[in-house]
Amino acid sequence: MTENTDLRYTAEHEWVLVEGSVATIGITAYAAAQLGDIVYLDLPEAGTEISGGSVVGEIESTKSVGELFAPVDGTVVETNAAVVDSPELVNSDPLGEGWLIKVEFTELPTLLSADEYGALTGAGA
Amino acid sequence: MTSTAPRSSPLHSVHAAAGASFTDFAGWQMPVRYSSDLAEHHAVRTAAALFDLSHMAEFRVSGEGAAAFLDVALAGKLSAIEVGQAKYSLLLADDGGIIDDLVVYRTGDVDFLVVANASNREPVAAALEERVALATSSAGPFELADVSDDTALIAVQGPASRAILEATAGLDAVGIDALRYYRAIPASFEGAPVLLARTGYTGEDGFELYLEPSRAEALWQAVSLAGDPLGLVPAGLASRDTLRLEAGMPLYGHELGLHTQPVQAGLGRVPALGKPAFVGREALERGPGADARVLVGLEGDGRRAARAGYLVYASDDSTTPIGEVTSGALSPTLGKPIALAYVDPGFQEPGNLLSIDIRGTRLGYRTTTLPFYRRKKD
Repeated sequence: MTENTDLRYTAEHEWVLVEGSVATIGITAYAAAQLGDIVYLDLPEAGTEISGGSVVGEIESTKSVGELFAPVDGTVVETNAAVVDSPELVNSDPLGEGWLIKVEFTELPTLLSADEYGALTGAGA
Repeated sequence: MTSTAPRSSPLHSVHAAAGASFTDFAGWQMPVRYSSDLAEHHAVRTAAALFDLSHMAEFRVSGEGAAAFLDVALAGKLSAIEVGQAKYSLLLADDGGIIDDLVVYRTGDVDFLVVANASNREPVAAALEERVALATSSAGPFELADVSDDTALIAVQGPASRAILEATAGLDAVGIDALRYYRAIPASFEGAPVLLARTGYTGEDGFELYLEPSRAEALWQAVSLAGDPLGLVPAGLASRDTLRLEAGMPLYGHELGLHTQPVQAGLGRVPALGKPAFVGREALERGPGADARVLVGLEGDGRRAARAGYLVYASDDSTTPIGEVTSGALSPTLGKPIALAYVDPGFQEPGNLLSIDIRGTRLGYRTTTLPFYRRKKD
C-alpha cells in the first residue's frame, strides 16, 4: 500500500483526499480489515447533496454492515462504479482503486493527520 | 456474563503468527479470519480448511450406567448407538426449551464423549450434574467429568480432507479410508491418543480431531504441511458461520435457545419419544402451542443480506411482522442472500414470497427448503 501523505482521516475510519474543491473519500485499510471481505456497497449517486456527519451509504461484509459517513458538506460528483461492481477492491486497495465517492465540498472541516489517525487505531493507518 | 479475562486456545500463538484477526467468542479469543473469510469459505467447498475449535466444551461420561444416564439426561437415545458412532442430540429444559445442542460420541462400550458449545459449557455442566440424581441406579455406576480444559479440537473440512490427513506426518489413522460419516475411530499423533471423527459443521466432508492441548500445535503444523500442496488454508469463525448457514445448520443463540422447542427448529426427530422418561419429554408431548413460530429458510435476490434481528412481513405493504431473521448472509457459494428466520405458522411452505425490512428498505425473500447448499456425494 502506498503511503499518501496528502490523505486526511476521520474518526469514522474514512480517508479524504482534497484536490481543489473536490474531496475523494474512501475507508481506511484498518476499517476494511475490521469489516472483513466486503460484498456489497450502497453509495450515494452523483448529484446527491450530503451533509457532514450524516450516514450516506452502507458497506456490507459477510459478517457485518458498516455505515459510510459524509465527512464534508457538499454534492456527490462521482461514485466509483468499479467498486460497486467489485466490492473486493475496498479490501485489496482501500486507499487507491477502492475509493468510494468524490464530493464537491462547500467547506472543509478539521480532519485528522495520518499520525493522529494512527494514534486512534493504535497502529498505522 | 463473566468478567474474567478472555481465554485463548493452545494454538493462539500459531494463529497470531499466521496473521489472524481475533474475535471474542464465548469468552475466548478465537480467529475470526486469517486474511479473507470468503477465500476461507471457498477453500472448504473446493479443497480444505483447518479450523481451531479448542473453545468447544467436552464432557466424558464413563461407566456401566453411562448410557442409561445419557438417555434420561438428553433427548436422544444414546444407548442405541454403536461404539464408534456419533449422534447429534439436544439437552432440554423441563419446559422443552433447548439448553444446548450437542454431538455425542460413543468411544467405548461404556464411554461417551459429549461435545457442547463453548458458550454453554456452564449451563450444560450444571444440567448434567443435576441430572446425575435422575439416573436409574440399577443401571450401574458412572462418572461425569468436564474435560474441556484437557481437550483441544482441530477440524479439517473440505473434499481434500481425507487425502490431507492420510498424508499428515505422525498421524496414525488406520481405518480412515473406511470411516463413515458420523463415525469416529481411535487414532494417534506421535504416540498421543486422538479421537478422529468424520463430523463437522460446514456441510462438507471433513474430520474433527480431539487430542490433548499440549499436542495441538504439532498436529496443526503437521496437517498444515501436508495440506499446503492440496490447497488447505487455516480458516476462522467468520467462514465457519457462512458455511454452516449454507448447510442449513442451526447455531445456538440464533436458531436455538431456551424459548425454542426442537420441533420449531425443524429438529422434531432428534428427541426419541419412544424411549422412557427424559427431561423435557412431557413438554414436548404438549408441544410449543399452535401459534409457535417455525424455522424457515429464505432466499433473496441481489446482494443485500437480511441479518439477525431483522423483521419479516407477509408483504411489502404490511406493517405487522410475522417473523424475525435469526441468521443471514450473502451466500458465498450461491451468490445470493440467504437467511434463517422464525415465522408464524402458515408462512413456512416453500415458495412463499415474504418481505424483510433491511434497515428501512423492504426486500422480497422467498421461503425455500433447507439446506441451501448440499454437497455432491462422491
